[in-house]
Amino acid sequence: MTTDLILFLILAAAAIATALGMLFSRNAVYAALFLIMNFGTGAVFYLLLNAPFIALTQVTVYGGAIMVLFLFVIMLLGAEQTGRTPAAWWVQPLILSLGAVLVIETLYIIITQRGLLPVPVSPSATFGTPDSVGEILFNTYLLPFEVTSILLLVAMIGAIVLSKSKHKV
Amino acid sequence: MLPVAYYIGLSAILFAIGAMGVLIRRNSIVIFMSVELMLNAANLAFVAFARAYGSMEGQIFVFFIMTVAAAEVAVGLALIVAIFRTKQSIDVDQMNSLKG
Repeated sequence: MTTDLILFLILAAAAIATALGMLFSRNAVYAALFLIMNFGTGAVFYLLLNAPFIALTQVTVYGGAIMVLFLFVIMLLGAEQTGRTPAAWWVQPLILSLGAVLVIETLYIIITQRGLLPVPVSPSATFGTPDSVGEILFNTYLLPFEVTSILLLVAMIGAIVLSKSKHKV
Repeated sequence: MLPVAYYIGLSAILFAIGAMGVLIRRNSIVIFMSVELMLNAANLAFVAFARAYGSMEGQIFVFFIMTVAAAEVAVGLALIVAIFRTKQSIDVDQMNSLKG
């Protein structure tokens, strides 16, 4: 229990620090690299929660595909620096205090209502293995899985149409 | 496993940081990255509850969320590239006209 707690606290500190680094770094490339580190710590959390398949999907889809796309667009547009127009002076303190209110509110609800949260059961031996994920995905959730392919096809066509140059063709 | 409240608390903090990022930053790509952070915080809550209940449905849902996020990123970044072509800027403060 104590090693679990120490590991959790270290990982949570890393996740929050990288998220704050993304929030406050002036350069968009650094923000993207911080976000990749955040997704990496998220993958370790999934491993701790008996979800190895989700953890590896997180690394390949989020840390790999999505963030490569982000870095590619940042470098394509030369958009490393943040906006030229400075925000009004009161914007940042206002938003930070609103965010603090949101955090305090949610933590207060979690602490006062923690009796409603489930007590963790010990999982079965096959819980979270790729075998069990595939079994439930291709039996119970076969239709949503197939609909997903249509969604990805539409997204692909949409991306091609939207980024097509209007001067040519 | 640690009490599920720890994971939900971390998820709430990450979500709040993502929400602050959407409001504070002016660079639309960084705003988009903050949205990804919020989706990721929701995923963490799903996986923690799936583990606590011993049910696989939460992990399957995370799988679908990741698919939708990938599709959303592809279309969103294409939109940002299209906006950059017309306005030569991705600063959200510059996007103040509906004429494109």
